Amino acid sequence: MSLFKNVTAKPWERKGVIGGLEPEGAFESPNEKVALSIFLVVASVVFSLFTVGYILRMELPDWRPLSEPTQLWFNTALLVLSSVLFQWARNITKNDQEKNIRIAFFGAGAFAILFIVGQLITWDNLQNAGYFLTSNPANSFYYLMTGLHAIHLLGGLWVWSKSSIRLLSGAEPKDIKLSIELCTLYWHFLLIVWLVLFALLSNT
Amino acid sequence: MAYVPLADQDHEMEMHHPHSFVEKYVWSQDHKVIAIQYGGLAVFTGIVGLVLSLLFRMQLGFPDTASFIDPNFYYQAVTMHGMIMVVYLLTALFLGGFGNYMIPLMCGARDMVFPFLNMLSVWVFLLSVIILMASFFVSGGPTGGGWTLYPPQTNLAGTPGHDMGIVLMLVSLAVFIVAATMGGLNYVVTVLQYRCRGLTMMRLPLTVWGIFVATLLALFAFPALLVSAIMMLFDILLGTSFFMPAIIESGSPLDHNGGSPILFQHLFWFFGHPEVYIVALPAFGLVSDVLSVHARKNIFGYRMMVWAIIAIGGLSFIVWAHHMYVSGMHPYFGFFFATTTLIIAVPTALKVYNWILTLWEGDIRLNAPMYFAIGFIFTFIHGGITGLFLGNVVIDLPLSDSYFVVAHFHMVMGVSPVLVVFAAIYHWYPKITGRMFHEGMAKLHFWCTFLGTYAIYLPMHYLGFLGVPRRYYALGTTDFIPASAQDLNTTITIAALFVGASQLLFFINVFWSLRNGPKADPNPWGAASLEWQTPDTPPVHGNWGDSLPTVYRWAYDYSVPGAEQDFIPQNTPEEEGPTMNDDGMDKEA
Repeated sequence: MSLFKNVTAKPWERKGVIGGLEPEGAFESPNEKVALSIFLVVASVVFSLFTVGYILRMELPDWRPLSEPTQLWFNTALLVLSSVLFQWARNITKNDQEKNIRIAFFGAGAFAILFIVGQLITWDNLQNAGYFLTSNPANSFYYLMTGLHAIHLLGGLWVWSKSSIRLLSGAEPKDIKLSIELCTLYWHFLLIVWLVLFALLSNT
Repeated sequence: MAYVPLADQDHEMEMHHPHSFVEKYVWSQDHKVIAIQYGGLAVFTGIVGLVLSLLFRMQLGFPDTASFIDPNFYYQAVTMHGMIMVVYLLTALFLGGFGNYMIPLMCGARDMVFPFLNMLSVWVFLLSVIILMASFFVSGGPTGGGWTLYPPQTNLAGTPGHDMGIVLMLVSLAVFIVAATMGGLNYVVTVLQYRCRGLTMMRLPLTVWGIFVATLLALFAFPALLVSAIMMLFDILLGTSFFMPAIIESGSPLDHNGGSPILFQHLFWFFGHPEVYIVALPAFGLVSDVLSVHARKNIFGYRMMVWAIIAIGGLSFIVWAHHMYVSGMHPYFGFFFATTTLIIAVPTALKVYNWILTLWEGDIRLNAPMYFAIGFIFTFIHGGITGLFLGNVVIDLPLSDSYFVVAHFHMVMGVSPVLVVFAAIYHWYPKITGRMFHEGMAKLHFWCTFLGTYAIYLPMHYLGFLGVPRRYYALGTTDFIPASAQDLNTTITIAALFVGASQLLFFINVFWSLRNGPKADPNPWGAASLEWQTPDTPPVHGNWGDSLPTVYRWAYDYSVPGAEQDFIPQNTPEEEGPTMNDDGMDKEA
């Protein structure tokens, strides 16, 4: 039932049981996926507000743009690979297959870890080149936003590592099907956030 | 295939029936126990906030009589009172307390969707309260920068708590936001996914609608506070300049450069205004149900009430800058925010009309909860109308930062929601505890609170017109403030002490009745909504016995012509009650 039809219903008129087997208006997705989707909206609000802050702060006279290191392109590729592998793992379990699931799932996490290591190396290089956190608001925002993105990724990796341990200790891939699906959704979201942040940081 | 409700398909639900005392009351995953934990902790924190307000009122009413209330303590008390009441009392009580208790019961579910996350939420909330309270014991004490925590003032040496106090406040808020997000995801998903069979969204009681939309507001508005808290912590601890401008402190320049305090204000109020409705919407919902039950009438204009809740929720995100008219803004910017602010009065006024029309020709039962609910209509109209004054830029400018503002927001988001809290606690007390409270004492509590708060806040409007500024430790001598303003302040303080003391009536009543109150009927008010139809009173773990209820009608079938009783419970099958058409006329089912 559409949202509009839902909120224009006249509840005092219709008596009796409405709807079929499911409560009306409920999503068909698992509850965990509904919750994750709402959480992704919340996380989007956080990143959007940082972006708004960035744009407003940028207009003040003391802003000295940071020239983003080219290594970020390499890091981006790592995160893309991670997302692609998660999608692969999801497709495998969605079709109730098992072949290559371990390669896909473990590989996906591994590339995400490499991405974070890559980000840390970038931080280190920037520090060595004299771009400190406090020397300019552009630097502050760079460390803050990339750091926040990495923390979100670490949260995802925590869930990934729990599922990985289950997979290693003999769980069937179908047992962690939901977990793989949620990780995939989350990783795609963080990839999009990263691409937006990267575009913002490198174009300003 | 037999119908298996979503809530019963989840096998994990059956696995954690508590066995020991600790499992049952400490590490509980039962939404009702968590609700009591959340509510109890919020009320405890609220008592701290109340005592702080009485202390700084002492200074205002009887200047310099209590030696320990120096200017620093005064500012710290004002600041902590504000933040505690808004966030740690009202937000936590309405969402964590009432949300937790009411949502699963009113939705006909056994529990929240994620009980473990729910438990985690209350313990993280406890952590945030501990961090907040810790700031009373660190060197320099809690922050005294005002509850809005505006930089740069909050972070400078002249402000009490500028070193550790403000850091603990910001960390505590961040932790609170984590707790609220965990709880909030639970409430929203439970309302969406765990409604029992036949319970459409438009058959939900308005309590659930109010809490549902308020939770969405919390989920989307708290990030703004989180973002500003993180950036401010960076400024304080790591020396960045997000908000801190170049500034001289005690004669020497600080390392900060070029930051924008106005940016903080925008972020803060982007959270701060929806926060008003995070508190107000659950109150609107709860009071609608109390009014309807005790007036023995369906709530007037149910659909309009739902739409108004949604509209207010949406609009609350585009009015924030009306808190910042004096910060210096483009006139068109101010014009925009004045317009949206006045527009939000439309759905709000609509709700007020509908409450009054619910009472119109109702079979009103003047029980104690109804006293508080009707009292709420008075205080809310009062506080709402002064809000219209302040929403206009030209009127706000002279009144800004005066006692008129203090009076306005205390009427509209202090007294009004608190009256609803009392109405709701008295109303649901028989279901929650299985005992009746003392009716006479509850009514005495109402009159003391209602008249007492008017004695506090009505004169404050007048102080505001005189130009008495808020937040001042001492008035000193000014040309435009007559000496009699001090007499008014003394009167206000006496009224505040009286109201504060009279809350003992409430606590004595609640705790005394737990053991000594007469055993309550499972549905003493004759209410139609689901939470009153549980097989046990108080409801046990799992709420519904062997099978979940099925819902056949909305939550407001009161005084239906031709029906045996003057209410028809939501889970009464169709045949047993006649239906109404649009005009409220009988129609054979």
